[in-house]
Amino acid sequence: MAINHDYAGRRFEASEPHEVSRVKIAEFAHAIGDQNPIYRDQAAAQAAGFRDVVAPPTFAIVISMVGSSVALADPALGLNLALVVHSEQRFTCARPLQAGDMVTAQTTISDIRAAGRTTLLSTETEIRTTEGELVCTAYSTIAERGGGA
Amino acid sequence: MTAPGPGAPVRYDDVKPGTELPQVSYPVTRLDLVKYCGASGDFNVIHWNERIAKSVGLPDVIAHGMFTMAQAGRYVTDWAGTGAVVVDFGVRFSSMVVVPDDDIGATIEVSGVIEDKLDHNRVALALTARSNGTKVLTRARAVVQLPG
Repeated sequence: MAINHDYAGRRFEASEPHEVSRVKIAEFAHAIGDQNPIYRDQAAAQAAGFRDVVAPPTFAIVISMVGSSVALADPALGLNLALVVHSEQRFTCARPLQAGDMVTAQTTISDIRAAGRTTLLSTETEIRTTEGELVCTAYSTIAERGGGA
Repeated sequence: MTAPGPGAPVRYDDVKPGTELPQVSYPVTRLDLVKYCGASGDFNVIHWNERIAKSVGLPDVIAHGMFTMAQAGRYVTDWAGTGAVVVDFGVRFSSMVVVPDDDIGATIEVSGVIEDKLDHNRVALALTARSNGTKVLTRARAVVQLPG
């Protein structure tokens, strides 16, 4: 099944609010092997100038996937995840995500293009607090490799 | 060397463009990928199921690109020290990190160079990551806001 190019430019609904929790940040930091105390210990984070435990820079992918998974799992898009590899990723952030943030993720499929037998799909996901503060924008490009039937 | 952990904050005035930063090695095993699946919510089968990975033409289970990017992020935050904020971080995943099912796994070697000093206490780093002799990240760049 081919990717439906009509999805280029489509903006999806913002996700339900998602709480950034200390437990999830600590789990993520542990999984990437990062022992930095500001990801676990509120006092250490506050000594470094933050309100609460902060998240590692790439933690934003967890939140952005809440939004982008809605887009990428849309059956009419026709993406075969087993053939997908991550091609590019960028985050721009006004500040780190912190424990206690209530955020939504809203994804736009910014581009779909063919590159030989591979299809490249780019998304832009805005992570905002429920008060409307834009904390991070995640830009992703994934590649569905050709070769699927 | 192995990951040093975060040091004292780097002072903006002490940063010199062109300075090369020491290479750091980050190991990655199948267990790390399983943990990363759970922590990130990315359970794509190619990151944990060798049978399916091979059936879709991959050499073996491969690491999440985001796991590799996270190691590059560690490299940046460990260098910049406590209180620094990564405000812009982008990479291109140029090759896969293949993680065999043995007790050793793979290694991701990250190095960096101070690319530029920007306004508002910001510093741009150009990063390189290799695994098994191949560049796994290209066009990797982070902008860090230093405290103070």
